[in-house]
Amino acid sequence: MTKVKIKRSILARLIPGVTSLTRKGPSGWMVILGTIIVSALVIMTVIAPWIAPYDPTKTSVGPIREPPSPQFPMGTTHLGQDMLSRILCGGSIMLQVSALSVLVCFLIGVPLGLFSSYVGGSFDKACSLVIDAVYAFPGLVIAIAISAMLGRGVVNMALSIAVVYIPSYFRVVRSQVLSIKELTYVEAARGIGAKWHAILFRYVFPNVIPSIVVVATINFADAILTAAGLTFIGLGVEIHIPDWGRDLTSGWEYLSSGAWWIITFPGLMVILLALGFTLIGEGLSELLNPKLQR
Amino acid sequence: MGLRSYIITRILLTIPTLLLLLSMVFLIMRVLPGDPVALHFEKKATPEQMESMRRALGMDEPLWTQYIEYLGGLVDIGYILEHGYPNLGKSMQTFEEVGGQIFSAFPATLELAFYSMIIASVIGILLGVISSKSYNSILDHLIRGVGTVTYAVPIFFLGIVFQLIFGVYLRWLPTGLRINPAVDAPATITGLYTVDSLLQGNLFKFFESSKALLLPSLTLGIILSGMFIRMTRTNMLETLRLDFVTAAKARGLKESTVTYGYALRNAFLPILTVMGLQFAILLGGAILTETTFSWPGLGRYIVDRINFRDYTAIQGAVVLFGLFVTFVSLVVDILYAYLDPRIRL
Repeated sequence: MTKVKIKRSILARLIPGVTSLTRKGPSGWMVILGTIIVSALVIMTVIAPWIAPYDPTKTSVGPIREPPSPQFPMGTTHLGQDMLSRILCGGSIMLQVSALSVLVCFLIGVPLGLFSSYVGGSFDKACSLVIDAVYAFPGLVIAIAISAMLGRGVVNMALSIAVVYIPSYFRVVRSQVLSIKELTYVEAARGIGAKWHAILFRYVFPNVIPSIVVVATINFADAILTAAGLTFIGLGVEIHIPDWGRDLTSGWEYLSSGAWWIITFPGLMVILLALGFTLIGEGLSELLNPKLQR
Repeated sequence: MGLRSYIITRILLTIPTLLLLLSMVFLIMRVLPGDPVALHFEKKATPEQMESMRRALGMDEPLWTQYIEYLGGLVDIGYILEHGYPNLGKSMQTFEEVGGQIFSAFPATLELAFYSMIIASVIGILLGVISSKSYNSILDHLIRGVGTVTYAVPIFFLGIVFQLIFGVYLRWLPTGLRINPAVDAPATITGLYTVDSLLQGNLFKFFESSKALLLPSLTLGIILSGMFIRMTRTNMLETLRLDFVTAAKARGLKESTVTYGYALRNAFLPILTVMGLQFAILLGGAILTETTFSWPGLGRYIVDRINFRDYTAIQGAVVLFGLFVTFVSLVVDILYAYLDPRIRL
């Protein structure tokens, strides 16, 4: 009984949410389209082991580098693996890496930004100086350096990407808190004797959430592209693991053979996934930009 | 504050940033779990071999001493005057000076970065202005769509597609290297092939090196243009709503004068700042573009060194990337202050 009620209340909130988004014009549609793309790819990745026609890691299930045919709709790789099965299963690594790196960024960047800007003074100055130095540095170069030292693997990739994006969270949170903490309602909370952590997390934090969501979606898209980049230069997962970035790289290594299908399909999947998150992020940031509201 | 004192303050402020940046690189490459010497040999060496490499590279000394030597090497004027580049230590693979290798690879990256930046700004600013002028029309949505898609395309994927179409199928353009291997590289003056061949009045070499540059810089430029479109569009939209634009229109000025002479000029400042920040992204993209096109620059160098597990060389290249980005952001800030006197207040 309670389950049904909860479901109804979620639906009741969701439907007006979606319809109000469609009324916001193209930015609203971007958010909807992005959400559909991302959800579809996540669902596909989750159910892939059951729907994939072949074992994606199994070699020689067909002839090597066979162009798309009825039996192998996306062709086969240079090891004779079924491309379609690898495409279906290949999102898992990227989704894991990007989700983990977003989580790490969120858990470090947000509290640090909240605390630093609320406390202010020399602690804030020191934090900002360090963060700005990281922010100014070419992200991929830091990720490469850290990845090279930590070695391959999902967690190591996620950590090296997280270091690059923590500054974005810190900076957004900081600039928001600096203006929010001067508002009257925060002053009122302080007046009634609220403790600093209550003010920070119960009064200030909720107002920062929208900006964090925008940063997080853009961070997701960037993390996917960075993960693909790290894989491309040889710092990604092992070759047999189905991964879009990995397959794209092997396709490039055999470029002169003209096997376009080994490059095109994984490439399009990476674009689609990154595009999904970019659409959400860009749509939201436009919806939330007060300067563009008429 | 006058422009001169602003510049001096800004240069002085660069010192702590640089120090932080260099310490960060040291922290990543030396202090982070993972001993570079052990990683280099992949556990396939005897303790004696590892010890002798540590001694040869000065890694047997305490971390603190290594840190001082690392920073000292960068400011050792005597060494720089003698060699023409700072002391960045020795390669773990070849035991050659890393500084020399890096500085000979750098011009290729600089040339690629320069042309990509031009392509990105021209495409980005032009499309951004058009998009903002036709706000909420089909053209606007189309340009925004293009911008969003370029942002989501992995740079090396675009490079590979270009290579496949223009190199493998159509055979119009070379798919790698800085100049046709049958043509000698122009004599080094600046290290930028296009500039050097023009300085020597050799139009043929200029044409050949431009041809080799076209695909890589187009790849990098197109990917970057997405962010320029977005920035220009947002800033132009904000500016076009301001009173001075309405006033200019009311005075009957030509549409193009209002757009380019009034609005874009004012919207340009924030775009310029972003251009400075984009430079860091551009260098990251250059690593992938160089790898795709076998472009013998700094990015290609890093990737090669990763394969050899040559950690001292990787560290040197990362340091140079950091120095370069810091320098560019310094120049952009000074330019900004020159263009917008309010900054100097």
